Amino acid sequence: MDNFLFSFFNLDVMVRYFPAIVDGFILTTYLGLAVVLTGLGLGLTLALIRSLRWRVVNVLIVIAVDVFRALPPLVIIILFYFALPSAGVTMTGFTATWLSLSLVLAAFSEEIFWAGILAVQKGQWEAARSTGLGLGQTLAYVVLPQAVRLTIPPLVNRAIAITKGTALGSVVAVQEILTQATTAQSFSGNPTPLTLGALAYLILFLPVVIFGRWLETRFAWRR
Amino acid sequence: MQLTDTTGSAATTADPGTPADTGRPILDVAALHKSYGALKVLRGIDLAVWPREMVFLIGPSGSGKSTLLRCLNRLEEPSSGSIVVDGIDIMAPGTDLNRVRQRIGMVFQSFNLYPHMTALGNVTLALRKVQGRRRADAEDLGRAVLGRVGLSDKADAYPHALSGGQQQRVAIARALALEPRVMLFDEPTSALDPELVGSVLQVMRNMRESGMTMVVVSHEFGFARAAADRVLFLDTGRVVEQGPPEQIFDAPQEARTRDFVRRITQH
Ligand SMILES: Nc1ncnc2c1ncn2[C@@H]1O[C@H](COP(=O)(O)OP(=O)(O)OP(=O)(O)O)[C@@H](O)[C@H]1O
Ligand SMILES: [Mg+2]
Repeated sequence: MDNFLFSFFNLDVMVRYFPAIVDGFILTTYLGLAVVLTGLGLGLTLALIRSLRWRVVNVLIVIAVDVFRALPPLVIIILFYFALPSAGVTMTGFTATWLSLSLVLAAFSEEIFWAGILAVQKGQWEAARSTGLGLGQTLAYVVLPQAVRLTIPPLVNRAIAITKGTALGSVVAVQEILTQATTAQSFSGNPTPLTLGALAYLILFLPVVIFGRWLETRFAWRR
Repeated sequence: MQLTDTTGSAATTADPGTPADTGRPILDVAALHKSYGALKVLRGIDLAVWPREMVFLIGPSGSGKSTLLRCLNRLEEPSSGSIVVDGIDIMAPGTDLNRVRQRIGMVFQSFNLYPHMTALGNVTLALRKVQGRRRADAEDLGRAVLGRVGLSDKADAYPHALSGGQQQRVAIARALALEPRVMLFDEPTSALDPELVGSVLQVMRNMRESGMTMVVVSHEFGFARAAADRVLFLDTGRVVEQGPPEQIFDAPQEARTRDFVRRITQH
């Protein structure tokens, strides 16, 4: 027992590496927010473009979306960070991680938004258009508000799952929580920083998970 | 606003649908064709609807009634033919469809109310976003129109909290608020429980009395008989027979009309 406490809840180590974990926490929060905003924004934009039903554009969107849903995020990050420089494009580990996760989230959320748009009954479009609302107005005021409500549960789940992938940034030297924790662990020769790291992830994501739950009930409405 | 114009209502009731007092039809359809691939759904429809006229479209399932109605505001794209609404050729390239559509109210079998908006929100959306009215202005108008369909007290209710009959009346109000020149109804009472049908028909009767021009697809033959100026019988995409309700229901000239009317009135 003492051994367990010494290994995972070592107070000295905790105090010493607390600032590093906080740094990682801040960076992970920042990176996660950037991924969520970019990913969901791009996903919604793609779904909206898709709803215009330009055939060639739609085929391109579907291909891109399927590629980014099929590739493991880690592979994309590594491609961006290690392979693209030989094509003359260099980016920091942060940028590679942000871009990769954003594209993956965009791909998944595009599919979710699109499914939501499709789930809105055709009659809603017809009613709106018959009163003179344009395509964009119909989307904005009639279809999207309904689609978004339908998509909130899967969207929240997906956004959380992909944002947790910020930990993958440790592979390309992003100073996020996991990187800070493992670095601290090797310096101190004690796994306590990993405990701190896990706590940091909990503090970051548990509220998001609870918020998602609240959103689900909040936006469930009878038809 | 048209519906509050009661001066003309007495004349309309006494002398329904006489085109004499009006220069041109509100709705003028000529040689309208519509195909889905190889399936010819409308095969040359000619139809002129005069101001204040109430025209019923009847016909077997699949005869093209809904398709015809939906071509009239180009929710469905006609394959060929001409459609003139209140003097505006809506098939002409460059026609501002969104503007014309405000002149053509449409009411659907399934109501199609926006579930995330209150009754008033449903009625005022196009007033605000299409006509660009200020919210207060639109809401005043919206409440007045809801009053006309007997729903003053339901302005803040969401669709799910309304009965089918109330929902359909909100849908009618949503179309009426834009002051259309003609209203199209596609089986407005088919989705309603029998005891709720009356409230919707009453609203349509009031509209007729205030001089609204209407094209109605409906199986409410009793209502058609009492209220219609003219009944068109459609079969396989053509107008087989048309005339006053007494002719169509009591003394049809065509064998197909006879068969259809007999079949419908028997069950
Ligand atoms: N989008 C579409 N694509 C292909 N065929 C269609 C489409 N819409 C309608 N049709 C076909 O056109 C024909 C006429 O349909 P329509 O809905 O106009 O009939 P209707 O007279 O309104 O019938 P009902 O009384 O059952 O409502 C039917 O055979 C139908 O299957
Ligand atoms: Mg129909």
